[in-house]
Amino acid sequence: MNLKPETLARIDEVIPHYPSKRSATLPLLHLIQEDVGYIPQEAIEWVAARLELQPINVYEVVTFYPMFRQKPIGRRHVKVCRTLSCALLGAYRTCETFEREFGVRRGEVSADGEVTVDFVECLASCGTAPVVMIDDALHEKVDVARTQELSAQIRREAAARS
Amino acid sequence: MTSPAKTELVTVNIDGKEIAVPKGTNVIEAARLVGVDVPHYCYHPKLSVVGNCRMCLVEMGMPAVDPATKAPVMDPATGCQKINWIPRPQIGCATNASPGLHIRTQTPQIRDCREGVMEFLLINHPLDCPICDQAGECKLQEQSTGYGRGYSRFVEQKNVKPKRTQLGPRVTLDDERCILCSRCIRFSKEIAKDDVLGFIDRGSYSTLTCYPGRKLENNYSLNTVDICPVGALTSTDFRFKMRVWFLKQTNSLDTESSVGANTVVWSREGVIYRITPRRNDAVNDTWMADSGRLLYKAVRAESRLTAKDSLAALLARAETILRLSPGLAAVVGSGQSSVEEQFLTRQLAHALNAPAYLVSRTAEGDGILVSADRNPNVRGALVTGLVSDLPQPYLDDLGEAIDRGDVRTVVSVGEDLMAAGLSATQLAKISVIQLGTQVCASSVAASVVIPTLTVFEKAGTMINQQFRLQRFAKAVAGPVGAFDDLEVLARLIAAAGGPAEPSDLAGVWTRLAAEIPALRGLSYAAVPETGVVLDASPWASLPFVEGESLHHRPALVAASA
Repeated sequence: MNLKPETLARIDEVIPHYPSKRSATLPLLHLIQEDVGYIPQEAIEWVAARLELQPINVYEVVTFYPMFRQKPIGRRHVKVCRTLSCALLGAYRTCETFEREFGVRRGEVSADGEVTVDFVECLASCGTAPVVMIDDALHEKVDVARTQELSAQIRREAAARS
Repeated sequence: MTSPAKTELVTVNIDGKEIAVPKGTNVIEAARLVGVDVPHYCYHPKLSVVGNCRMCLVEMGMPAVDPATKAPVMDPATGCQKINWIPRPQIGCATNASPGLHIRTQTPQIRDCREGVMEFLLINHPLDCPICDQAGECKLQEQSTGYGRGYSRFVEQKNVKPKRTQLGPRVTLDDERCILCSRCIRFSKEIAKDDVLGFIDRGSYSTLTCYPGRKLENNYSLNTVDICPVGALTSTDFRFKMRVWFLKQTNSLDTESSVGANTVVWSREGVIYRITPRRNDAVNDTWMADSGRLLYKAVRAESRLTAKDSLAALLARAETILRLSPGLAAVVGSGQSSVEEQFLTRQLAHALNAPAYLVSRTAEGDGILVSADRNPNVRGALVTGLVSDLPQPYLDDLGEAIDRGDVRTVVSVGEDLMAAGLSATQLAKISVIQLGTQVCASSVAASVVIPTLTVFEKAGTMINQQFRLQRFAKAVAGPVGAFDDLEVLARLIAAAGGPAEPSDLAGVWTRLAAEIPALRGLSYAAVPETGVVLDASPWASLPFVEGESLHHRPALVAASA
């Protein structure tokens, strides 16, 4: 595993917070995903060895939580809420618009590696549905027009970077 | 794991029947004692309790006491103490016996619970019983007759999961049949100590799987097939070979090592199809090693010895050889023979006035159910007096005696003399009378070969590492041209000029009970199914090779600890 020194430091720091080592499974996986961007199989085995578990124990956890990714995603992560309030107020349209804008299907990475669109469970902002999270930023009342604006902004930022 | 403390007994009431059970006994086991069946899938008496199948729901109540005074509250209608029933059902597997515990398993509520649980379990279960190996011994099928609905209300799509995953070299998994009881996961972790199985994608799509890149290939993997309550885990060897309801079950023993795991041999019309473990809480619990399940392949092996001549003709040739060099014979007995055969082998050595040898087989023990001594019955040879000391791996003494010319004839009861260290030159100097079931270097070099029976084709007893005398019964008939070991030995004794010895099991046991102090008062029929432990004190000082294993602590280890 090629983890950043600061990730390793945080891992060392977090393990003694728990009465038994296996309880640190989730925090370790979060730290690794933050660092690597996803949880490769190598990481599952690394965590298992670090916490004196068997790899299958960690694998069970990784597959249980949808937020753990076992494959790399695009540079930008677009999460469209699909739960009741958002679904009623047009989340499906929003998600389909994002898919059209970037030419990807939900769960996939766009050809240029820039964007992954995910249709996710509740983002906890039902009052301002439909909502979308782009990386760590929440965007509220994202109708089709706003979707196109956000897509254009992502493309602009990508162009500026290159 | 679930073994209750043996000290305190508590009285519980199950379906109106009172029974005293050790405190902490769970309700499923307590109900079993009063003849009440509590259906269950995930619970297994030798594994930890997880309570995830919900099939063993029961109604539970405790005697009422006044909260303030703690005085019993009496029910005026019956004159007995009132029972406070918990309105909701409890799982039996995780409910432990406590004083006054009341259980009801036959109420409409419980019937409703079982029917509800069954309906959920069957939602994603394929209806492929007609082609499923588990059919006939499937708990899901069994409970469906009692608690199934007969038709399905489910209109949605069933989950699609992997149908034939090779979990390892011996186990095939059909994930759609899995009811997620987790017995196999717990077995792998707790008993086999090889934690490779787990549930992934927990939720509506929970799937049993092996960690990618690992395999369920430990020597106990087939126990997961035995404990799988449905047809999800199947034995790759047995899969699609035979419907289980056609098979005859015969109690037998695992002869791969001195553990003597109890087994059941499943056969039909003289053909063995599989071997499974038989529960013996003092020996093997409910487990056995995969390696022991393949031993039946020897019955119909290519290398199986059979004779074209009659036994009388073979014995006549043997007698000629024995008469040729009187007083210059030796007998090589076997730790794989039964107690009865070893006794007759000893009598044969007496009749020939010949020394008796035994060959040891050792390998590393696995600490569970395969011990370091790979002979199943070395202790039988000690008890019957065939030998007085532990065997050596090689017959060096016999080799020297042959070189000196002191031995001209060797009767080998099932042992390969070449594998036991005799050289081709030494074999060429002697006449060998070889008994056995398989072709070996020794049988090729022998002057007379008398084919005998495998352990599956005869009955007898063996003495395991605990000095536990255990029976095995005859599962199938031997092939044409193979002869019963006892008859061969008894007639060899006669040919050697010895006294008449019985050639049947009951007759040999009359002799054993009279001659052998450790077996006094016993008979073949009197040995219980779980075996009987003999007095081992005469051999306590021998350095037996076994290490610690399930239910066995060697005396020397125990003494030094």
